[in-house]
Amino acid sequence: MHPAPSVILFTTLSGLGFGLLFFLGLGMPDVTGMVSFVFFAIAYALAVGGLLASTFHLGHPERAMKAFSQWKTSWLSREGCCAVGALLVMGLYAIGTVFLDTQWTLFGVIGAVLSLATVFTTSMIYAQLKTIPRWNMPLTPAMFISFSLAGGALLAGQETMATALLIIAGLVQLGYWSYGDKAFAESGTTMGTATGLGDRGAVRAFEPPHTGSNYLLREFVHVVGRKHSQKLRMIGFGLGFALPILLLLIPFEGLMLKHTMAAIAVLSHLVGIACSRWLFFAEAEHVVGLYYGKR
Amino acid sequence: MTELPNATDRKMGLVIDLDTCVGCHACVISCKGWNTENYGAPLSDQDPYGSDPSGTFLNRVHSFEVQPSACGSEPAPAAQLIHFPKSCLHCEDAPCVTVCPTGASYKRVEDGIVLVNESDCIGCGLCAWSCPYGARELDLAAGVMKKCTLCVDRIYNENLPEEDRIPSCVRTCPAGARHFGDLGDPDSDVSKLVAEREGMDLMPEMGTKPVNKYLPPRPKDQMEDQIDILAPLLAPVAEEAGGFLGWLDKALDKLPGNSTEGAN
Repeated sequence: MHPAPSVILFTTLSGLGFGLLFFLGLGMPDVTGMVSFVFFAIAYALAVGGLLASTFHLGHPERAMKAFSQWKTSWLSREGCCAVGALLVMGLYAIGTVFLDTQWTLFGVIGAVLSLATVFTTSMIYAQLKTIPRWNMPLTPAMFISFSLAGGALLAGQETMATALLIIAGLVQLGYWSYGDKAFAESGTTMGTATGLGDRGAVRAFEPPHTGSNYLLREFVHVVGRKHSQKLRMIGFGLGFALPILLLLIPFEGLMLKHTMAAIAVLSHLVGIACSRWLFFAEAEHVVGLYYGKR
Repeated sequence: MTELPNATDRKMGLVIDLDTCVGCHACVISCKGWNTENYGAPLSDQDPYGSDPSGTFLNRVHSFEVQPSACGSEPAPAAQLIHFPKSCLHCEDAPCVTVCPTGASYKRVEDGIVLVNESDCIGCGLCAWSCPYGARELDLAAGVMKKCTLCVDRIYNENLPEEDRIPSCVRTCPAGARHFGDLGDPDSDVSKLVAEREGMDLMPEMGTKPVNKYLPPRPKDQMEDQIDILAPLLAPVAEEAGGFLGWLDKALDKLPGNSTEGAN
């Protein structure tokens, strides 16, 4: 799949933003006033920034409102509804903590659930696609949710929980890569089933339908970045999980040093997740490539 | 709207004969022509006369080579070239319809045709992601998703002569490799053809239940030793002259001077 920067930016940033909103909604950290405002400003900047970035890849962003209508069948529509719901409910909760010094627990809990639901619906947009075997498995939503919770806990300053969640997310990541590498072969879709000619012998793409490229090849057959995928996996895993866990476990003296290290851990995690998300798209192979003899 | 109908009154679709298709691409061109000049946004081209031309097509013809494996001690039969037109299969369980967030994609109850309402399409591309067959292409000029309409603006068009009320690709095919009809009616010509020739689904494991069927290539006749049926008739009649003429021929060859070569 073509790794569109807008979609990588969206899923990385908004995943982190909604993860932070989840913890803020549950009162972690238990803050009010100005401190609370800063936390909510960061969460909204990430979540809304990500959502805005996602509209850049639309052919007609001005019609985006129509996308809220088909929640009965479409995960993309459900994602839009959940995101707007989460932002509205958490907005009410934020007004309470920032300006009125009160925590409306009910709004907080509903907002937290909707925030997590947003991340889940995002993941299901990818996990539902049978055409991309690497995405079409339960580990895809597990990965999105575990990343979001780990990043959220890290941003919310929940050190113990962040350490545990980062370890879990790291393990899910390793599992996703391990199973994902086998997914296409296990899906049973080959050039033989794609053409229906597999029973007759070995099928080979002899001539493509045209000499140039097309939308399908540009969108679905991306091979440029794959040759470095093993290196990028190491970088993504190291920055996304290993380094933040290490920084959380090392005891630092002094508040200033501790905050600096926390900031480094967050930035490192963000870069690592962006790297993993880039691989999520670049390594995904769409079955339509089989018609072109490509993956 | 993006909920699929439980059943459709008819299942209009195409039957494509892989035995007959000669790979001339006439269907590709007539499809592009009709669908650029009629219903919906035109099928645009990008850099059409430049170094990297590309464009939107609703129908494309691939060519595959099938190499049968050797059977026992027999050598492998000769490889076969199969031309393979591919367009929307108007699936009964169309994943492209249910993923659409705006309701722009829909499957018609009356004839099962899968269409895009272009004024509702936001161009997110998710329907193209969900299609295993590559039937949908986002038009870069219009920013909306384009797909085969089964020439919905021809098949019911009373302004056209009756013989033209079939999809443009079917009307154009010079080999008769494309057939159009109701695949939901077991007595229709297309259904009978599918039954007779054991028509098949593409990627049945995807669970899309395509309406369009492909007729597999017929087994080829056994290759004989003599491929050229005219060869026996063209064989030289008198290679070596015998008797007196033979003696004369050799005697003349021995005389000094040039003889005309290549008499046979």
